[in-house]
Amino acid sequence: MVNLIWLFMIVAGFVVAAVQGRIELVTQAVFDGAKTGVTVCFGLISILVFWLGMMRIAEDAGLLERLSRMLYPIVRFLFPSVPANHPAVGYIMSNMSANILGLGNAATPMGIKAMQELQKLNPYKDAASPAMCTLLALNTSSITLIPTTLIAIRMNAASLNPAEIVGTTLFATAVSTAAAILVDRWYRRKAAPLPPLKG
Amino acid sequence: MYSIITAISAWAIPIIIVFIPLYASYRKVPAYESFVEGAKDGFQTAVSIIPHLVGMMVAITVFRASGALDLVMDVIKPLLARIGIPGEVFPLAILRPITGAGSLAFTTDLIHQFGPDSMIGRIASTIQGSTDTTLYVITVYFGAVGIRKAGYALKVGLISDAVGFVSAILICYLVFR
Repeated sequence: MVNLIWLFMIVAGFVVAAVQGRIELVTQAVFDGAKTGVTVCFGLISILVFWLGMMRIAEDAGLLERLSRMLYPIVRFLFPSVPANHPAVGYIMSNMSANILGLGNAATPMGIKAMQELQKLNPYKDAASPAMCTLLALNTSSITLIPTTLIAIRMNAASLNPAEIVGTTLFATAVSTAAAILVDRWYRRKAAPLPPLKG
Repeated sequence: MYSIITAISAWAIPIIIVFIPLYASYRKVPAYESFVEGAKDGFQTAVSIIPHLVGMMVAITVFRASGALDLVMDVIKPLLARIGIPGEVFPLAILRPITGAGSLAFTTDLIHQFGPDSMIGRIASTIQGSTDTTLYVITVYFGAVGIRKAGYALKVGLISDAVGFVSAILICYLVFR
């Protein structure tokens, strides 16, 4: 499905630009887009290097293991296929906590690390395992406590009550996270008859 | 309540980065050496995402710059206006999963155009704040581990985006009426 969307965006862009007689837009967009992609990745380097360093200290000191033991019941419900003592549990918990606290920058490295640990449990290395899909679902609909950026924008626009959207945001994000978990469960069950996937 | 939570956000990272090395030295783990060992992975991970992100960004930019995105939205907007969804916020439903920067720009524009305390301003703020950029998250997370077959992950992400969009509109109408 990612393949289809990718193809659709490129072909539709090409056709629309061609019909409007402005095909040069496509060439420009290709180079702009490629540049954005690399820029974003380079922006990630500093964050990833720092947080993965921190997380390694936490791992070596046994902190991640303690965190995992404390919060394992939640992970067990969401990720039934991940064994209790697996390092993935610690990273999954760190990723979820960072998301809930609104620490977007810190959440990404932990999510990536959790994915790498889940990949070790994944028997089909180029296909996403059910546990990986669940982790992704939790992240795309990430529970947000305080949408800081939006409050700032609303302040700039002279809102009488910039933070009034905190409650509505929390509600909407809770509903979409619940939906993500339910839909994920549904697809997982539907996909069950396929070869026994672990992880 | 708000000030408590912003204080938590401000203090959380500093406390974490002091606590982790302190705890490590208490457990007699050489903190700096561990840091450097783990940090080495960071660079490689970031570089391994580049092909995935360049591919996705090219497609998204072509789609938007060519005007194809506007065309799609022009077709759907009147249909939604008919069932009570304000046409002005609808582009967000399409933009939000595709591009974080693009949808943030669009939300900012709506807030300035209609006012932050208008219904449209509130709905746009809620939508922007309540979900993440699904396509970006999939690209980065799966790109980092070399997953090419995303399975049903994209569908789950998009369905929950749609649910988030609708529930944002509903709750805003309920709360701010």
